[in-house]
Amino acid sequence: MSNNINQELNSNVEDAEQSDFRKGVVDWIKHNNPKDPGFLLPQTFMEVGSEQVLDFLREWQYKVWSSGYLGMAWPREYGGQGMSRQFQQIADEEMKKARVPICFNVIGLGWAGPLIIDTGSDFEKQTYLKGILTGDDIWCQGFSEPNHGSDLGSIQTRAERDGDEYMINGSKIWTTMGNFAKYMILLARTDSQVDRRYNGLSFFLAPMRVPGVTTSPIQKLTGDYGFTETFFTDARIPANCLMGEEGHGWRIAMQTLQYERGAEAGAAGGVSILSTVMNDLLRIAKDVQRDGKPLMRDSVTRDNLVKFLIEEHALHLSESRLKIPALCSDYPNSIALSGKLRGTEFYRRMRQYALTLQGASGSLYVGDSDAVEGGFWQRAYLNNFSTTIGGGTSQIQANIVGEHVLGLPKD
Amino acid sequence: MTRTANLSMALSDEQAMILDNAREFCRSKSDITAVRSLLKSATGFNSEVWQEMIELGWTGMVIPEKHGGSEMGIGSAIPVIENMGRYFLCTPFISSTIAAEAIIRGGSESQQSRWLPAVAQGSIGTMALLDNEDWGATDTDCILLQDQNDFILQGKKFLVADAEVADFFIVLAKQSDSLVLVIVEASQIPASAIEKKTLVDETKRAASVDFSGIKISRSAVLAEGAKILPDIRLIGALLIAAEATGCAAAALDTIVDYLTTRQQFGRLIGSYQSLKHPTVDVLIQMDSARSFIYHAATLIDQDALDRDTEIACRMSKAQAAEALSFAGDRAVQFHGGMGFTYECDAMLYIRRAQWALHQYGDPQHHRKCLAGLLLD
Repeated sequence: MSNNINQELNSNVEDAEQSDFRKGVVDWIKHNNPKDPGFLLPQTFMEVGSEQVLDFLREWQYKVWSSGYLGMAWPREYGGQGMSRQFQQIADEEMKKARVPICFNVIGLGWAGPLIIDTGSDFEKQTYLKGILTGDDIWCQGFSEPNHGSDLGSIQTRAERDGDEYMINGSKIWTTMGNFAKYMILLARTDSQVDRRYNGLSFFLAPMRVPGVTTSPIQKLTGDYGFTETFFTDARIPANCLMGEEGHGWRIAMQTLQYERGAEAGAAGGVSILSTVMNDLLRIAKDVQRDGKPLMRDSVTRDNLVKFLIEEHALHLSESRLKIPALCSDYPNSIALSGKLRGTEFYRRMRQYALTLQGASGSLYVGDSDAVEGGFWQRAYLNNFSTTIGGGTSQIQANIVGEHVLGLPKD
Repeated sequence: MTRTANLSMALSDEQAMILDNAREFCRSKSDITAVRSLLKSATGFNSEVWQEMIELGWTGMVIPEKHGGSEMGIGSAIPVIENMGRYFLCTPFISSTIAAEAIIRGGSESQQSRWLPAVAQGSIGTMALLDNEDWGATDTDCILLQDQNDFILQGKKFLVADAEVADFFIVLAKQSDSLVLVIVEASQIPASAIEKKTLVDETKRAASVDFSGIKISRSAVLAEGAKILPDIRLIGALLIAAEATGCAAAALDTIVDYLTTRQQFGRLIGSYQSLKHPTVDVLIQMDSARSFIYHAATLIDQDALDRDTEIACRMSKAQAAEALSFAGDRAVQFHGGMGFTYECDAMLYIRRAQWALHQYGDPQHHRKCLAGLLLD
């Protein structure tokens, strides 16, 4: 049984070398996929709440990299293998399918790394890239600030040049793994006098282990840790941590967000999220009883499940239609700009429904021995709010689509 | 248990050209004044426009070359029908295309030579499938009785689209225990046997037709009627979905026009999130419908429709009809007091939705069939 639709599309055009490679990956996973560690593995990198989980994931990522299945398309001199991206995609597909643990250093692998490869200096490439792949150097992201949420233009954290250093003052919030990170991609204000507020921002590859940087953990809706608030109090970082030029921070940050949205290739690869697709939902529905009969015979449940399947199909088909401009002529930006809203809201409702399917067991949580799949779905539902809130809430996304796709007036 | 789905979508250069031409044709021939002028007319369409469509070769699009058509396949009809939906350009094109497909897929060589060149040249065919409201029925009370060497039909059909202008009907009947499709010519039917129905959607025409007592020759029984019936129902569902998708897109445009021009409390009403956000939902529903119909159009040119194509057709119909129903409903509501008037064009969409929902199976019917395909 295949769990991933995209994978099937890709595999249609696979040559002999690629399918041999795929067999090799499958075989490797069979021998190396770790045994149940006795605790529920993180679904995303936002749930690395303890040293125990961190050590486990760090060991796993190192194993994936040292076996040649991570950073395959990154340059050889920086720890990669200089291979075609297709091989990394194949490795990722098979790892995803086997539901192996995530490669946890997501900000490094998916954001900072590609950014440094595309625009970084030789010094930056030499200094940062390999540690991202091995998992030795954990990266975090410092864009959002308390009270500003989705509005990055309002960033208040200051970076003042002082000789060979910048002095940082301010605070950042939602810093994933802030307490474990060695580096942060930091967006800070170097000039508060400019007329356009975006022009005074600069982008730093900032060390976290310097005096004046402290973190305070944030407990999430799920009860887990994984985020911190990060405080900078006269924290001094070397001037060569500035990426690009002063005042170019906004542009670099926007480029970084493109990597996050997958619009630009370049990520090192690895599974970054234990995703759930409809096949996973159907798997749990199969074993459940309702009214003394298998749940899958209940006609209301069947209708609901088909509605979700239609929506899941539609999401994937949108990606296919996006490649045919003649079929997108009405509102050319529509599919691209509504993707986050549609996808994250679909998964929120689908995961919520997963709990309904479980009957009375729906009320159990992670840690209960009777919880369905260890409480994975309960946690997945609660965690899903990080996607409908983070990166621009669904309500902001709906405004963006309304205004930028349909041309409706701003409120 | 579901397995991996086929998600292919392609648009040939030819189809892209048809898309452009159809859009321009429908836009220029069917402005809103023209649409409204036909609401109370007998046939519901402008025969000159229909004649032009015939001359453009659209009625021959699905007909094989050897029978006088251009053999572009049913997938090529999707962009035409989507645009007919967008501009409420009503003709018997959908009815006739489905009837042609029935003969192409289920007719003998001589039945094809008899009917297909005529359809390419503008003869109008239509399907007479329903006994009553039940799209899920697997049986019919319309009986084909032996009469010496020929047959006699006994029974009445419900909601036959374009019945009053049809040149021939393809009627679902039962011969002993098997379902059959038989071709009945309009000239065989007395005028009194056709009883016009009053429809919510005033742009459409349908009637009940009593076929009782009509003599049917052996040559009028489709060679493989029972075998192709499920595929014809799926094709019908897809064509209705294509029309509904175009109509939903037009409903969205109407909503957006109003939200960007109408002021209340000193602001354009489109600036209110309570109107903006549901309008985005209309866009998303319409977007999904369009993805489905072109996905189905990519798959559908097959001799016998496979499982992936069945899924695509059923999802198309379920999604497009729901999308139009939602778009029409919100179009009325968002026009406020104006929306409650006959003068407001929102009424066209909400009324069309009541046609599109129930032709060739409503969304729940298709979801029920999909459940069997995807969950068992």
